[in-house]
Amino acid sequence: MSLRKPAKDQPESFEFNASSLEAANNIVAKYPEGKQQSAVMALLYIAQRQNNNWIPLAAMKYIAKFLDMPYIKVYEVATFYTMYNLSPVGKYFVQVCTTTPCMIRGANKLVEACKEKISENECELSSDKSCSWMEVECLGACVTAPMMQINDDYFEDLDKEKMSEILDKILNGETPKPGSYRGRVNNEPENNRKTLTDLKNA
Amino acid sequence: MLKDQDRIFQNLYNDKGSDVAASQSRGDWIKTKEITEKGRDWIINEIKESQLRGRGGAGFPTGLKWSFAPKEVGSRPHYLVINGDESEPGTCKDRDILRFEPHKLIEGCLIASYAVQAHVCYIYIRGEYFVDGQKLQAAIDEAYEKKLLGKNAAGTGWDLDIYIHYGAGAYICGEETALLESLEGKKGQPRLKPPFPALIGLYGCPTIINNVETIAVVPTILRRGAKWFASLGREKNTGTKIFCISGNVNNPCNVEEEMSIPLKELIEVHAGGVIGGWDNLQAVIPGGSSMPLIPKDRCETLKMDFDACVEEKSGLGTAGIVVINKDQDIIKCMARIARFYKHESCGQCTPCREGSGWMWRMLERMAKGDATKDEVDMLGDVTTQIAGHTICAFGEGSSWPVQGLLRHFKKEIQERNNLDPIVQKKNNIPYLVDQHLLDKKNA
Repeated sequence: MSLRKPAKDQPESFEFNASSLEAANNIVAKYPEGKQQSAVMALLYIAQRQNNNWIPLAAMKYIAKFLDMPYIKVYEVATFYTMYNLSPVGKYFVQVCTTTPCMIRGANKLVEACKEKISENECELSSDKSCSWMEVECLGACVTAPMMQINDDYFEDLDKEKMSEILDKILNGETPKPGSYRGRVNNEPENNRKTLTDLKNA
Repeated sequence: MLKDQDRIFQNLYNDKGSDVAASQSRGDWIKTKEITEKGRDWIINEIKESQLRGRGGAGFPTGLKWSFAPKEVGSRPHYLVINGDESEPGTCKDRDILRFEPHKLIEGCLIASYAVQAHVCYIYIRGEYFVDGQKLQAAIDEAYEKKLLGKNAAGTGWDLDIYIHYGAGAYICGEETALLESLEGKKGQPRLKPPFPALIGLYGCPTIINNVETIAVVPTILRRGAKWFASLGREKNTGTKIFCISGNVNNPCNVEEEMSIPLKELIEVHAGGVIGGWDNLQAVIPGGSSMPLIPKDRCETLKMDFDACVEEKSGLGTAGIVVINKDQDIIKCMARIARFYKHESCGQCTPCREGSGWMWRMLERMAKGDATKDEVDMLGDVTTQIAGHTICAFGEGSSWPVQGLLRHFKKEIQERNNLDPIVQKKNNIPYLVDQHLLDKKNA
């Protein structure tokens, strides 16, 4: 199990803004009547997006009221799933996969790059407060290892040099291009494609 | 090698785009109505005859699973749930289906929903695949627009709504009952079985849960016939399968191949060989991290299917092949997998919650050479205390890789760890430590 703690400094209150409210109502409509509790995971995401990528306790209380369920049930969900950030993270939230398939392709070098460019420790904001990083478990892009995720986007086929370039970009406020950084097309065997060849470049 | 025309996922590398028009040119959404007109029993029988086995890891026969759904819809509606939680290290096949072949999945959902009489289908996607989920959502929206979903979907007379539900980074939600808990808006802790979800599942209603790949191959099977599918591979291990080859190979890739293809052919032909040559191979994990590794000498002849892997005391699992060459420290590799399981244990059953951390700490020390002689056997003992003593299969999943390591690399561990605690009393070895004291990093 992973141990997760809410941040010490919590805002007093939280409320969905108009666009979040619309999104939340759309999501509740996906589930059968009386089963609105199913929407709690999606609503926590909405709160996280609205609140600079982390969920304050006030948001959990708000969602509990919104879905007419006990606060502790929302708290339980928010602390169980690791993608809900319970304390502030950077505007650019870098997650480096270090599970075995990435590890044996050199994920530790990516971690080194993060330590050099962003901050010495995990979950610590960079000096300009724009960026933070952490090691995560398998992100499910094992054939393009080593890889990392910045906010929603995957950056694949990396090495330390390319990783440093990407981190320089985000620290300068630019948006790097997601995808493979060795120029390969999706998950095909690079320069060694033996299948579906008549479709290639068709 | 499998002929290109026998490959189901023609757009695995996204050569042609994934919208409805491009999918139709590959044969999707053609004669969907005719398939459903042949009736539920025909569909289920055809799937049974094709001997399709679930692609999510357990390899349960799909046709049989569908036949468990109640024949008549009672007071409770039926649900179809698609498991796209794909979190097994080494596996990334479902992501390509969600991104590049969404209409195979959507059409499969329609046919499967018809077969099990569900009007609502939830597709559970891991939260990290948000961008890929958006692509699937775009495909679903397009399908609604073209009247392939919704009321009278694709002219079949069957009403179907498909909704995406995102997970949030919990590996355990790939377990079907944990997935249902998560869908209901609770923390993802598996339920006791029985009752099985086919009778009491989502919201207490009959629910059929299938993997993304399983459902995505269904339309092609029904169009081309169960005989065609059963002619590929071998008895009880039929059809094609997407293999994900990662780790120390020259060209890691996803590739769709026939079942029972030799492992060596997959690695040498499609993945460009092991880095440093075949002789540099140390071991292969054949089916995602929870399957025991297989050492090099067995890899020479291993055929990649469910039964052949079981004969090697491993399993095909999700067919996520992780190749480990001799440049890697095999104990460190397994210690990292143990850390993964320690992190992902849901904490419901004590043997798994405590044992997964215990195995990780022992393996970390063994990788450093800090463990004592007797601990090697103790580690094996711990694994047997976990496997079979938990509600879900996570207990097996976390202890099998360790058992595989002990089975094939015991000598390496013993050579590195020859401390004798009785003679060398100055070695103060923490046998029992509160796991959070050692694991401050994730606090």
